Amino acid sequence: MNMAMMVTRRLLHAFLLILAVLILNFLLIHLAPGDPADVIAGEMGGATEEMMADIRKNYGLDKPVYVQLGIYLGRALQGDLGQSFFYNSPVLGLVAGRAGATILLVTTALLFAIFVGTLLGVIASHKPKGIVSGLVTLVSVVGYSAPIFWTGMMLVILFAWVYPIFPIANMSDITKDAGFFGHILDILHHLILPALTLGIVYLAQYARLTRASMLEILGSDYIRTARAKGVSEIKVYGHHALRNAILPVVTIAGLQFGSIISGAVLVETVFSWPGLGTLAFEAILARDYPTILGILFFSSVLVIIANLLTDFVYRLVDPRIRAGG
Amino acid sequence: MTAIDNATEIVQSQSPIREALRAFRQSWAGMLGIIILAMVVIFTYVGPVLYPVDPFEIVWAPLTAPGQSEMAPLGTDYLGRDILAGLIHGGSATLYVGLVAGLITITIGILVGAFAGFYRGVVDEILMRVTEFFQVLPALLFAMVLVTLFTPTIYVVALAIGIVSWPTTARLTRAEFLRIRNLEYVNAARSVGARNRRIMWRVILPNALAPLIVAATLTIGIAILFEAGLSFLGLGDPNVFSWGMMIGAGREYILDGWWVVTFPGFMIFLTVLGFSLVGDGLNDAFNPKLRER
Repeated sequence: MNMAMMVTRRLLHAFLLILAVLILNFLLIHLAPGDPADVIAGEMGGATEEMMADIRKNYGLDKPVYVQLGIYLGRALQGDLGQSFFYNSPVLGLVAGRAGATILLVTTALLFAIFVGTLLGVIASHKPKGIVSGLVTLVSVVGYSAPIFWTGMMLVILFAWVYPIFPIANMSDITKDAGFFGHILDILHHLILPALTLGIVYLAQYARLTRASMLEILGSDYIRTARAKGVSEIKVYGHHALRNAILPVVTIAGLQFGSIISGAVLVETVFSWPGLGTLAFEAILARDYPTILGILFFSSVLVIIANLLTDFVYRLVDPRIRAGG
Repeated sequence: MTAIDNATEIVQSQSPIREALRAFRQSWAGMLGIIILAMVVIFTYVGPVLYPVDPFEIVWAPLTAPGQSEMAPLGTDYLGRDILAGLIHGGSATLYVGLVAGLITITIGILVGAFAGFYRGVVDEILMRVTEFFQVLPALLFAMVLVTLFTPTIYVVALAIGIVSWPTTARLTRAEFLRIRNLEYVNAARSVGARNRRIMWRVILPNALAPLIVAATLTIGIAILFEAGLSFLGLGDPNVFSWGMMIGAGREYILDGWWVVTFPGFMIFLTVLGFSLVGDGLNDAFNPKLRER
C-alpha cells in the first residue's frame, strides 16, 4: 500500500470516528430523562418560552428522530455545537478558547513523562537491581494508586507552605506586566506543578516499560554482536537498544492520550488551570449540557488526532512498518 | 459429554489453583496487598461499631487540627464534622462502587472480547470498532457526562464507571480467546461434539481466566479511583458519605487545614494500593516465568 492511500484511509477512519462521537452526543441528549429541548437549553432556567420554541424549530424536535439526527449532524459539521446559555456564547468558540491550555498541559506532561521516563528506564536497565530500579518501581506503584487530584493537592500543600517557590493556581499572574517573554516565562512557571502532577504517573509507567524492554533487548543476539564489534556501551544503549525499546512506549503513550485528558480534568480543577477540565467542572455545576457535550466531543477529537499522530510517529521510529505498509 | 467432564476432573486433580495459591503466598507484594485490604475492610466494617459517630454531624469548631480536641482525634472539616468518623463511614460506599463497577466492567469486557475472539470475522470487526470508539472517548469526561445527564445515585455512578472502562478488558479477553481457540484441547472438545456455547464458556474461558483475574483486581482499583474522581468533582451521590466527597468538599480549604484532604486521600491510596499489590501477586502466581525477574 502506498503512502497516499494509507493516509487517506487513516483520515477516513478518523472522520468516521468523529461522526460516531457526534451520534453518541445526539443519543445522550435524547436518552437523558426529560425533554431534549431542556437538555439543549441547559437547566439554567434562563431559557424563555420563545427560546425553547426556537430550539424546537431549529433542531426539528417535532420531526422523526432520524431527521433530527440529520439536522444535528449537519449543524455540528458546520461547526455549530449549540449555544451555551450559561456563558452566553457558542459552544465551539467557548471550547476552542479553552482547549489551548489543556493541550499545553497535556503535551508538556506527556513529553516530560516520555523523555524522563525513558531515560530513567535506560538507567534502571543498566543496573536491574540498583537504586534507580527500586525508585522507579516505588514511584510507579505509588503513582498508580494515589488519586491524581490528591497528589496534586499534596504538592499544593508542599509548595504553598513548606517551600513556596511555585505558584499553585491559575495559568499566569495578571498583576505582573513583564512583556511578551516575561508572560511566557510566567506561564511556564505556573505550568510546572500541574504538568509534574499529571506527568509523574505516566513517567513511572514508561520507565518501567522501557526498563523491561531494554532488559529483553540487551540480552538479544544483535546487541552481543554490536558489543563484540567493539561498539561503545553508550552507543549500544543509545543507538542499538533504545531504538527498539522505545516502540512500546510510543504505542502506550498514544493509547493513553484519552486517559491523560481524563487526568488533566482533575489536575486542572486542583490547580485552577483554565482549560477544558475547569470548563467542564464549571459547566457541570451550572448544568450547562451543550458545553459539557461539546467538551466531550472536542476532547474525543483531540484523542483521534493524537492517535493519528502516534501512528505516523510509529512509522518514523520503526522502519519495518514503513517498508511493510 | 462424560469424556469432557472426566478430562476436566483430571486437570483439576493437578490443581493449578493450589499451585498458584502457593506461589501467591510466596509473593511479598500479594501478601502485603492482602494485609492492607484486610485492614481497610476491618476499618470500614468494624469501625462504625467501635466509633459510632455520625459523619454528617457537627461535633466541634470548624477546621480544628488533629489532636486539638478529644471529640475529633483527626480534626474537623470546614463545617466542624469529625474527619475520623468520615474516614470510617466513607469507606463502604467507595468499596461498594469499586466492586460493582469492577464487576460491570469485567462482565461487559469478557462478553465483548469473548464473542469477538471466538467468532472472529464480521462479529470481531463490528465489536472491535465499537471498542475502539469507546477508547477514543476520554473515560472520565464520558462518565461525568453520563452522571450529569442522569441522577447521581450510587448505582448510576457504578454503572457509568462500568460503561466507560470495559474496552481494556475486552481487548485482553479477545487476545486470550484468539490464542486459545485453535489449541488442541479446543479442537478435541469440538470433535466430541461440544457446541459453541460450551466451548466458549466451559473450555476457553476457564483457560483464559488467569490474566482476567489479574485484570479484574486492577479494574476494581481503577474503579475506586474513578469514583473518587467523580465525587471530588461533586458528581457523587450527595446522600452517601465517601472519601472522594470529603476531598472534594475540603478542596477549598486545603491551605487552612491540610488534614481535611490528606487523610481521606490516603485511605483511597491505601485501598487502591492494596488491590494493585494483590494484582501484582496474582500475576506472579499465574506466570511462573515472571517469578525470576
